[in-house]
Amino acid sequence: MSKTEFPPSIRSRPVYADLEPRPGRSHVAVADGEGAEAIVEMLDKAADRPAMLAALHILYAPGPNGTDQWDSLQALGAAQCFRAPTIPTLLPRLGRVVADAHMGTQFYLAGTEGLIGQAERDIMATGFPHAAIQKEHRGSTVRRMQCVHCKGITENVATDPFKCSHCGLWLFVRDHYSRRLAAFQGVNIDAEDKGEIPEPVVRFT
Amino acid sequence: MSLDFTPQFDGFFRNETFRDDFTYRNSPQNIRRFAFPFDRDDYMYSVNMEPHTPGRPGSVFEHTFDVDEHYVSEMIDRAKVLAQDPLRCQSLPHMTLAGWDLLELIMESKARDYPQWFSLEKDGNRWRWINRPMGIDQTFTFLDESTLPYGPFEYITRQTQGDFSLQDERDGTLWMDAGMITSQADWSLDFDIGMNFHEWHAPVPLAHEMGVFDRALKFLLKLQHGAPVRRYNWTMTVNPLLDTAPETYPEWGHMRTLPTQENMGHMMHLRVELQGLFRLPRSNAIAFSIRCYLAKFEELVTVPKWGRRLHRVVRDIHPDVAAYKGFLRNRDAMVEWLSKYDDGKPTSPGWWPDDEE
Repeated sequence: MSKTEFPPSIRSRPVYADLEPRPGRSHVAVADGEGAEAIVEMLDKAADRPAMLAALHILYAPGPNGTDQWDSLQALGAAQCFRAPTIPTLLPRLGRVVADAHMGTQFYLAGTEGLIGQAERDIMATGFPHAAIQKEHRGSTVRRMQCVHCKGITENVATDPFKCSHCGLWLFVRDHYSRRLAAFQGVNIDAEDKGEIPEPVVRFT
Repeated sequence: MSLDFTPQFDGFFRNETFRDDFTYRNSPQNIRRFAFPFDRDDYMYSVNMEPHTPGRPGSVFEHTFDVDEHYVSEMIDRAKVLAQDPLRCQSLPHMTLAGWDLLELIMESKARDYPQWFSLEKDGNRWRWINRPMGIDQTFTFLDESTLPYGPFEYITRQTQGDFSLQDERDGTLWMDAGMITSQADWSLDFDIGMNFHEWHAPVPLAHEMGVFDRALKFLLKLQHGAPVRRYNWTMTVNPLLDTAPETYPEWGHMRTLPTQENMGHMMHLRVELQGLFRLPRSNAIAFSIRCYLAKFEELVTVPKWGRRLHRVVRDIHPDVAAYKGFLRNRDAMVEWLSKYDDGKPTSPGWWPDDEE
């Protein structure tokens, strides 16, 4: 079981719950890494599993830690099932799927915060209500970070502080989160005392 | 097109800088009208809202949008910030009507309150706006964006002191969906735009647990058009930097290491935000004005009551609040400097400088 318990935090930090099957005209599941397990377990709870599978489109990418549970999803027998090599290659297909989706579509997002956040951002940008999107965290807790200074995104951040992969500043990891950017905020840690950079600690695995 | 303006300093408006050589200062008469935010000798977060009705003549409460001696120089500073980083002003597509609402509110208020500086003539939707301190004379069609050099929100906030955000109301909360943010106390519009009320306030310590934001939101959702409210907020800033943005923190953060007992009076500034909240008539959005006033410690202590009180507030403040406001590292030095201006005498209740003893 890889369900994640996050410590209590500030109110902009996303929270997650177990995926629950909901009635809907169609169903879109987006997952990476261990998120596949959440999709499998959600389907186990479906009142009419064959009907749900017949209206289900699954989009999957391996996790940032290398976890690849594609086989378990492919075995479900959903109407459509797609494996992308990475999240950036998954998102354009999601955009295409969402463009055709009607109101009443249910979205199930599962896996890392980077995957969940970017999928949620793209779905909401098309006007789907927040209430149509369920999110369950599974697997790696590495973070997608925006450098507030150069605006560059660094994916899969494991340590705090970390070095911005674009401008090279050392940033500390805040819990402040932007759904519009699908990223946490990183702020320069030695802006006041140049060069005083604490030893990076692995906080996210 | 751009907002071409020709500053007119005319003897009242100061020609000064908020960067580089930092020539900003308050005239003696402007110190007396400073927006001193402490009505007692201690401070903790509270909702502290009151009706934004015309206040004491000559004070910052006299008019809907206070225009003071720093107006023209602040607008020059804003133009410089926007030239470097246009993302300091953003408006999501559904907020244009709220921008027109705000433009109307500001133009009507300023033309009414400061006829010597501003005028607004209306011929149906054909409006002529004159801003004499900035040398602007603009004829445009109200609600027609193509007749202004910027969207309505950016156009009017390039001519108005203070930061502004526009909040859309839906799902029982407020969403910050537009902002002109160039004189902020260390928060990023580009990061926070699109957040709801509890999300953008998330980093503030203690206040959530105290229920401050739940109560404030409940209050604001009932805000009525024509009945604006106001409150104070404050922090401390080293040097008179209007633009203390997180984006540029690597450039200004080191200034926090500079204060000493010798330069404290000149270098440390009390930074006060006079915040106003206005329900807008067409869009039903809420405009939030965040007007920043800066005063040097050495200016504030020329008012004995303020010197005593500032010492006591800084000395006794909760360390988490000082840390969030960014002055914990200088707090002890500030207290030491201010203690020379506190003779231990009691202070009278209220903000005003003159009702002491």
